[in-house]
Amino acid sequence: MASVIHIMERYEAGSGLKKALELSRTEVIRQIRESGIRGRGGAGFPTAVKWNLCAAAQSPKKFLVCNADEGEPGTFKDRLLLTERPEALLDGITLGGYAIGAKLGVIYLRAEYAYMKPGLEAALAARREAKLLGKKVLGKDFEFDIEIRMGAGAYVCGEETALIESLEGSRGEPRNRPPYPVNTGLVGAPTSVNNVETLIACAHIMAKGPEWFRKHGTDVSTGSKLLSVSGDCAKPGVYEVAFGTTVSDILKLVGGEGAKAVQVGGASGRTVPAKQFGRKLGFEDLATGGSVIVIGPQRDMLDVAENFLDFFVEESCGQCTPCREGNPKLLEGVLLLKRGKCSVGYLRELQNLGRTMQVASKCGLGQSSANAFLDITEHFRSEILGRVPATKE
Amino acid sequence: MLATERESLRHEIAEMAEKYEHKRDGMMPILEAIQEKYRCVSDFAMQEVARQLGVFPTEVYGVVSFYSFLSTEPRGKFAIRLCRTLSCDFAGKKEVARQLENELGVKFGGTTPDGLFSLEYCNCLGMCDHGPAMLVNNDVYTEVSPELVSEILEKYRRMFGPASQLEEAEAHHG
Ligand SMILES: Cc1cc2nc3c(=O)[nH]c(=O)nc-3n(C[C@H](O)[C@H](O)[C@H](O)COP(=O)(O)O)c2cc1C
Ligand code: SF4
Ligand code: FES
Repeated sequence: MASVIHIMERYEAGSGLKKALELSRTEVIRQIRESGIRGRGGAGFPTAVKWNLCAAAQSPKKFLVCNADEGEPGTFKDRLLLTERPEALLDGITLGGYAIGAKLGVIYLRAEYAYMKPGLEAALAARREAKLLGKKVLGKDFEFDIEIRMGAGAYVCGEETALIESLEGSRGEPRNRPPYPVNTGLVGAPTSVNNVETLIACAHIMAKGPEWFRKHGTDVSTGSKLLSVSGDCAKPGVYEVAFGTTVSDILKLVGGEGAKAVQVGGASGRTVPAKQFGRKLGFEDLATGGSVIVIGPQRDMLDVAENFLDFFVEESCGQCTPCREGNPKLLEGVLLLKRGKCSVGYLRELQNLGRTMQVASKCGLGQSSANAFLDITEHFRSEILGRVPATKE
Repeated sequence: MLATERESLRHEIAEMAEKYEHKRDGMMPILEAIQEKYRCVSDFAMQEVARQLGVFPTEVYGVVSFYSFLSTEPRGKFAIRLCRTLSCDFAGKKEVARQLENELGVKFGGTTPDGLFSLEYCNCLGMCDHGPAMLVNNDVYTEVSPELVSEILEKYRRMFGPASQLEEAEAHHG
C-alpha cells in the first residue's frame, strides 16, 4: 500500500540558494545530475542536461523561465505550490539562474492565476529587501532578478517554444525544434524553461543533497511526484507520492475504489482501464505531469472523449494540418458513436487518423490529443459500439 | 468613442510603450492592460499599439485574436468564465451553466444588455479538486452550485449602484 510522503514539505527559505551560491556553477549542475531529477512539467527531460546545455551556450544574455502556465486539464499542483511554497520556488529560480549564468528569471503565469500575482510580487519585493535578489545576491558576485509576465488564456502557451513566442509578443504558436530554447530561446538568447515543481525540487535538492532525493522513487524516476487528484473520489486534492506508485494504490489513497478508468496525465495523457490499474506512475510507464482524474462507473466514456476533444479543437493553435483538421474529425467520430452511427470500418479509419496525428503533428499538443480517443476506443469497445440513442424529447 | 477618450487612450499606450522601450516584447503586457481597463482592445487601440511598437496592425490583431482573454468586442464589466473541462463537468457544471443563463438572461457567448456581465466557457482553471469552478474577472469561485449563482451575481450587482449602472449602460451603447 502506497502512502503519502512529505519530502517536499519542509523548506527553510534561502537554504538551497545559500548552499548553491557557495558552490561553482558546474558543481551545482553536478549535484542536480546526481539527483537524477527529470522535468515535472510532463516531458520528463533531465533537468541537469538542460541546464548544462544552457550553461555551455556562449551568450552575454541568458534567461531562466519558470513555466507557471499549468493548463493541463486536471492539474492544479502548481497552484498550490505558487500560493503556499513561493519561497522554495523563488530559491529554485534563482539558483537555476545562477547555474546557467542568467541575470533574469521570468515567471510566465497563466491569466487564470492573475489573483496570485499580488502575493508573488510581494514575495519578490521582500526578497529584494533581504538581498536574495539584486545586484549582489547574498553578497556574492551574482546579479539576479525575477519578473512576472502574464499569459492571456491559451493552453498551448504551456509548450515551451509557444511560451517564448508569447513572451516575445506574438501568437503562441510552437516553433520547430531544433533549434532548442537552450540555444535559441527568448529574444534569441539561451533559455531554460522549467516547471514550477521542478524548480522547487531543485531547491530542496541543493538544501538536502542529491542522495536524499534519490532515496525516493525508482532508478529511472527519482524522487517524489505531486499528484493533482480530482473526479469521482472521496478525497480529491494534491498528494505527494513516490514514483513507482500504482494506479490502484492511488485509488485507495483517495477513496476512488470502484473506478472504471483513471485518466493519467490530463487530456493529453492516457486513459487507464480498470484491468490495468496495476500500472505504475513514472517515466518508465505512465509518465505524467501529475493529473489524475478518477472516472467512476456511472460515467459515459464517450462523454470523456467528447470533453477532451472539445478542449483540443478549441486549444489547437491551427498551425499544422494533422492537429487542426484531425481533432475536429475525431470529435465528429465521437458524436457519431454517441448516435450509434459509426461502423467498425470507419472507427478503424479514425484510429489510423489518430495515430497519424501522433507522429505527424508539430508539437506535443497534436502529438497527444488523440491519446484518449485511441485508449477509449480500444478499451471500451463494448460500451461505445451500437448505441441506441434515447429518443429526443 | 469620443475624441477626448481617444486622446487619453493614445496617451496611455504611448506611456506603456515607453516603459517597454517600444520593444515588441512589451506587446502582451500592454494589450492585457488595455483589455483590463476597457474590456476590449478596439481597432483604434490596435492601431496605436502597432504604431508604438513598430509592427503592422494586422500583427496586433493576430495576437489579440489568438488569446481567449483578449477580445476586440467589449466584454461585460464583470467577465464570467465557467470551467467546462472534465472534472468540473463531473462535478455539475451543466446545472450551474443553466442557472447562469437563467439569471442573466443571456446565453454563453453573450453579454447582458446593461453591459454588466458577459458569460462564456473557459477551460480548466486549476481548481478541479473543488469544482465546479468559475472566474468573475480575476476572482475564483469554487464548488459553485445553482443556488449560489444568484448570490454571487448579486454581489457584483451591488458593487454597482443603480446610478452607475445607468452610466455604464450608456457608455456601452454609445
Ligand atoms: C501543449 C503543451 C502544454 C504544456 N503545458 C505545460 C505547462 O502548463 N506547464 C509546464 O511546466 N509544462 C508544460 N508543457 C511542457 C513544456 O513544453 C516543457 O517541457 C516544460 O515546461 C519543461 O519543464 P520541465 O523540464 O521542468 O518539465 C506543455 C507541453 C505541451 C506540448
Ligand atoms: S500540433 Fe496543434 S498546437 Fe501544435 S503546432 Fe500543430 S496545430 Fe499547433
Ligand atoms: S476541470 Fe474545472 S478547474 Fe480543472
